[in-house]
Amino acid sequence: MDLLSQLRGQIADFSAFLHREGFVDDQFTQLQKLRDESSPGFVVEVVSLFFEDCEKLVNNMAKALEQQIVDFKQVDSHVHQLKGSSSSIGAARIHNVCIAFKTCCEDQNRDGCVRCLQQVNHECIQLKNNLQTLFKLEQQIVAAGGSIPAMQ
Amino acid sequence: MESCNCIEPQWPAEELLMKYQYISDFFIALAYFSIPLELIYFVKKSSVFPYRWVLVQFGAFIVLCGATHLINLWTFSMHSRTVAVVMTISKVLTAVVSCATALMLVHIIPDLLSVKTRELFLKNKAAELDREMGLIRTQEETGRHVRMLTHEIRSTLDRHTILKTTLVELGRTLALEECALWMPTRTGLELQLSYTLRQQNPVGYTVPIQLPVINQVFSSNRAMKISPNSPVARIRPIAGKYMPGEVVAVRVPLLHLSNFQINDWPELSTRRYALMVLMLPSDSARQWHVHELELVEVVADQVAVALSHAAILEESMRARDLLMEQNVALDHARREAETAIRARNDFLAVMNHEMRTPMHAIIALSSLLQETELTPEQRLMVETILKSSNLLVTLINDVLDLSRLEDGSLQLDLGTFNLHAVFWEVLNLIKPVASVKKLHVTLNLAQDLPECVIGDEKRLMQTTLNVVGNAVKFSKEGSISITAFVAKSESLRDCRAPDFFPVTSDDHFYLRVQVKDSGQGINPQEIPKLFTKFAQTQTLATRNSSGSGLGLAICKRFVNLMEGHIWIESEGLGKGCTVIFIVKLRIPERSNESKSPLLPKANHGQSSFPGLKVLVLDDNGVSRMVTQGLLVHLGCDVTAVSSSDECLHMVSQEHKVLFIDVCMPDGFEAAVRLHEKFTKHHERPLIVALAGNTDKVTKENCMRVGMDGVILKPVSVDKMRSVLSDLLEHWVLFDAM
Repeated sequence: MDLLSQLRGQIADFSAFLHREGFVDDQFTQLQKLRDESSPGFVVEVVSLFFEDCEKLVNNMAKALEQQIVDFKQVDSHVHQLKGSSSSIGAARIHNVCIAFKTCCEDQNRDGCVRCLQQVNHECIQLKNNLQTLFKLEQQIVAAGGSIPAMQ
Repeated sequence: MESCNCIEPQWPAEELLMKYQYISDFFIALAYFSIPLELIYFVKKSSVFPYRWVLVQFGAFIVLCGATHLINLWTFSMHSRTVAVVMTISKVLTAVVSCATALMLVHIIPDLLSVKTRELFLKNKAAELDREMGLIRTQEETGRHVRMLTHEIRSTLDRHTILKTTLVELGRTLALEECALWMPTRTGLELQLSYTLRQQNPVGYTVPIQLPVINQVFSSNRAMKISPNSPVARIRPIAGKYMPGEVVAVRVPLLHLSNFQINDWPELSTRRYALMVLMLPSDSARQWHVHELELVEVVADQVAVALSHAAILEESMRARDLLMEQNVALDHARREAETAIRARNDFLAVMNHEMRTPMHAIIALSSLLQETELTPEQRLMVETILKSSNLLVTLINDVLDLSRLEDGSLQLDLGTFNLHAVFWEVLNLIKPVASVKKLHVTLNLAQDLPECVIGDEKRLMQTTLNVVGNAVKFSKEGSISITAFVAKSESLRDCRAPDFFPVTSDDHFYLRVQVKDSGQGINPQEIPKLFTKFAQTQTLATRNSSGSGLGLAICKRFVNLMEGHIWIESEGLGKGCTVIFIVKLRIPERSNESKSPLLPKANHGQSSFPGLKVLVLDDNGVSRMVTQGLLVHLGCDVTAVSSSDECLHMVSQEHKVLFIDVCMPDGFEAAVRLHEKFTKHHERPLIVALAGNTDKVTKENCMRVGMDGVILKPVSVDKMRSVLSDLLEHWVLFDAM
């Protein structure tokens, strides 16, 4: 098999893996569809923006939870933001954690929130790494002269 | 008396004696004169008399004798000298002539005697010739009989007639008392009396074949005389005191018939003979003549030849009859088959028509229903009805197609179409099912895959859909990957059909599609069965699979129609399988490229909205960016704002649609303010809410603030596309959940 098919196979497997594990869902695929000649780096841009946002929000939430008296409303709004963002790009796991997080906030469960926050952080990092791997593969394919395969 | 010259007679004239002399002389003279007259008369009558000269002589002699006796009459009385002189002269003459005659007779009489001898000889000879002539005539008659017999025998090809005619004619020709034919039996150990001349129905006498007399006859081809007491000759009951006539027997060779299977002929494997026995009438003292024996031999040979001809003819007639029967049977079968096919086609046509009419009603009315005002649940139901009806129509078409495919009457509908769009549409169609099963489907189209091709779009889509559908159906988990690329010649040779040699050329190319799934796999031994109609393998059958089993068979036929090949590779159960098919497609000519490439068919209306001015209001940066990217991808001119103030500031009449994320706190407020800004309906943009959930509260709120529609996030490209189409067509969005 030549390099291109090999890479393609790798990407296909990796994407399948990501989808299977729930790291990304359909929305991510939709996002990838938006990539075309006019905006080749669209996905990368959006994803970078998301991770920036994510970091900011996580930091804010961490700070808020460290307070003596936790302002759950604020945390809630942050979580809400994060939930929206993650659902926009299709970061499924993060989205799910956010839902749980929200519940904790509503319950005003501080420990739960902390736990959720940790989980969020963990998921963010994992997703970041995964997507970086994915983008690297895509770059390799483009370098090898093929087109980045579309995925469902 | 004077002395007269009279002459005195010699002696005295006694009266009585002189009278008697006188009378006798007179009569003698008369007789002597009449004899020549008679002679002359009879000679004149007969034409042939060789001795005239003798006759004349004899006549003269007789006449002179008569004259003499006549003159003597005058000498009885006194007569003159003259008379005496005349008398003397006549006597002298008579003497001369009679001496001459006497001398002549010496010569003539032997001659006359020999004539008689010759005559006798000739008579004998004539009698002998007559006899011989009779004999020859008989022989010729016999020969004629033989020819006639042969002719009779040869003129018929019926075995019985041949033999019967032989016996009859022989009997007639040779005047036989009895004529019989002994044939060897099936076992070859006996001779059976088969035909006789006189007896109508010969009883089945048999004699063993090893009798010395029979061996003697069989050993030579001549007709032989045999004893009337031999068993073969004792046919008729012996009638006591009569002496039986002579008997002759001759062999009749029966030709070697090893190749013939004639049922009622005796089994013949080696040189065999029949025996013909001929009996002369008893008490006739007739003997067999050589010519008669020859006749019999000739006849025997002719009979053998005629019988072999009859056998050959019988065999060929039988073969011909058999062939005719077979022909008739085949013709009948063919007509039956044609009738069956026609009946089936009629049935299919009628059934299809019958089935299509109500289907048509269902589909048409459901489509119409779709256009009316419906609640979301009702809409969902109507869509489901439409989808199901379409599937049913497809199935009806499948059945009709399959029957037409088998007849060979199906033809491809060639047309120009967008190849990429076909795959995308397949993907869209299969996506719902796959996502329900949590299967991931990926589509990989090669870069060099032409977009615009000529082929049968509908059938290609049908095939691809079928294959992908199967992949989805038989995978419980995992992923499915669809790859489509242009098949190069090396990869073409890789395919599993040894007799498939595709040739690429300038205006054709071979599309290779691979659908790989990670499902349950297929036992390699069962792969051949998959493409047969209605056949289901063991594993498939136990899997409660829906589907009539027509799918792959139809695909195979379509692929074959497109001059391609389809096959399955699987490493075994549980290892997934790959379905690969190659089809031939045409590339449209260069002149067609100037035409704008066909846009992919969307379900409704437009598929891109160039220049459509849209405003997006969302406070979440990522979200906003995604929505913006989505709309930009669809060709819209997008302005993205993050607050309602900014929104109201930016909004203008040029904006046709405004997307508001209602998760943000002042989403609804923005909508309200917008309504206040644009009082007239046609001036303001359409407002669409992007909502995270679709519960009743949200919907009510949307309705309350006068939103034109609600979309559930996340939004796919196609969803957005259809939403925009709907909006622009109907100016209001009914449902976009």
